[in-house]
Amino acid sequence: MKRHLLEAADLDRDDATLVLDTAAQIDQALAGREVKKLPTLRGRTVVNLFYEDSTRTRISFELAAKRLSADVINFSAKGSSVSKGESLKDTALTLEAMGADAVVVRHGASGAPHRLANWVRGSVVNAGDGTHEHPTQALLDAYTIRQRLGRLEGVRVTIVGDVLHSRVARSNVGLLHTLGAEVTLVAPPTLLPVGVGSWPAEVGYDLDAVLPKSDVVMMLRVQAERMNASYFPSAREYSRRYGLDARRMTALPDDAIVMHPGPMNRGMEIAAEVADSVRSTIVEQVANGVSTRMAVLYLLLGGSQQ
Amino acid sequence: MARSSEPARSTTPGSTSGTLFSSADVARVVDRMAHQLIERAATIDPGSADGGLSDLVLVGIPTRGAPLARRLASRIEAFTGTSVDVGTADITLYRDDLRLRGVRALEPTVLPDAGIDGRLVVLIDDVLFSGRSVRAALDALRDLGRPRSVQLAVLVDRGHRELPIKADFVGKNVPTSRSQQVKVHLAETDGVDEVLVTEEVL
Repeated sequence: MKRHLLEAADLDRDDATLVLDTAAQIDQALAGREVKKLPTLRGRTVVNLFYEDSTRTRISFELAAKRLSADVINFSAKGSSVSKGESLKDTALTLEAMGADAVVVRHGASGAPHRLANWVRGSVVNAGDGTHEHPTQALLDAYTIRQRLGRLEGVRVTIVGDVLHSRVARSNVGLLHTLGAEVTLVAPPTLLPVGVGSWPAEVGYDLDAVLPKSDVVMMLRVQAERMNASYFPSAREYSRRYGLDARRMTALPDDAIVMHPGPMNRGMEIAAEVADSVRSTIVEQVANGVSTRMAVLYLLLGGSQQ
Repeated sequence: MARSSEPARSTTPGSTSGTLFSSADVARVVDRMAHQLIERAATIDPGSADGGLSDLVLVGIPTRGAPLARRLASRIEAFTGTSVDVGTADITLYRDDLRLRGVRALEPTVLPDAGIDGRLVVLIDDVLFSGRSVRAALDALRDLGRPRSVQLAVLVDRGHRELPIKADFVGKNVPTSRSQQVKVHLAETDGVDEVLVTEEVL
């Protein structure tokens, strides 16, 4: 493994498989235990550096680090020196001086974790940067697919929605391709990035045509701020064409699953009865996020630092 | 204690490397250790219908302790007709030398459905050397439950302890020098049953 996890492309197939296998072993080792804590990272410090709001990712990383006995420092831009105008670099140097072994960073600017990786000695883990990447989300999604379907090779994954602004989609396309899955992107043409043709994925515009050929449907969140930005005529029309409702769900093959990275807009991209159905893995994804992030932290920090 | 010194046929005294156990030796030593475990289990609860075997849990330390534990259990079942619970406990996340080497892959941790609380847990490993693996395993067990007691069974005790740890059941005591390596090969992991002593190749 590389020293940092900044994007899905940092993981080759062996590395990605190692993360998933490690997560599975951790899951198995902790299942049913009263003491859900391992001494592995005792004395190591993990800083959660969050410049953007986040509930599940920050809590998930915090829990993962604590379950491995690392010391965790949570830093959010609100209420810190950042609101006094401190730059990312100065914040990074401060954390460096305090001896952070790993920095988990979420930032609104694409590429911020890459910059950070040049300034600190510890490992940097990208927890979402702008519209760029969110590699641990892709790992936990891959883990969830493998857990439910038993394989990733040849699995047909359809990613639906705002691909243009989605770091989840970008990381998933890269990682799932690395792991041998076949990815199809379905979105309104306005919500596909320029150059999507060079991604290792098929592109389609008709959800109904793709659903019967999907083992996994991954619904992306339609971000509220996009709704008024003319990417599509109305929320209702988006929902009619690209939303997953109970009727559309019946078109899926029998063992197909429905995923969502959260937070959901129920009734918009996903209907409530779909989100609560047995096909939905949304709650599993959250649980798997902790074990996957434990695996990442262990693999980045657990060995000797050359 | 349940120790015995059995002469190994294939090593000549004074030789620095060679085969310590052949396949037949491994089978014989495993059988003897299985009998010793049966005797030990009987002392936990004298007069119980199954000779205390229902209280016994064999927990193998991966990699080779795991198949060894399964073999001991199947031999105990062959001798007594009673099946014994088997588990494996991966100790990687409990090791004290993680920072000294590159990161290691994890192995499975599986405990019997009945758990280990209140039972006699016998840790099973292939080679007892520094004792650090066993210390890590004891830490792992503490997080997994509270056994009535914990004992240790190893196929080979090669000496050079770095911690105050001693095995309760030993297949064979082998005096070695630190520069030597003791390698246990089992059919499940290596395709053949044998124990080799080699001079370390640097």
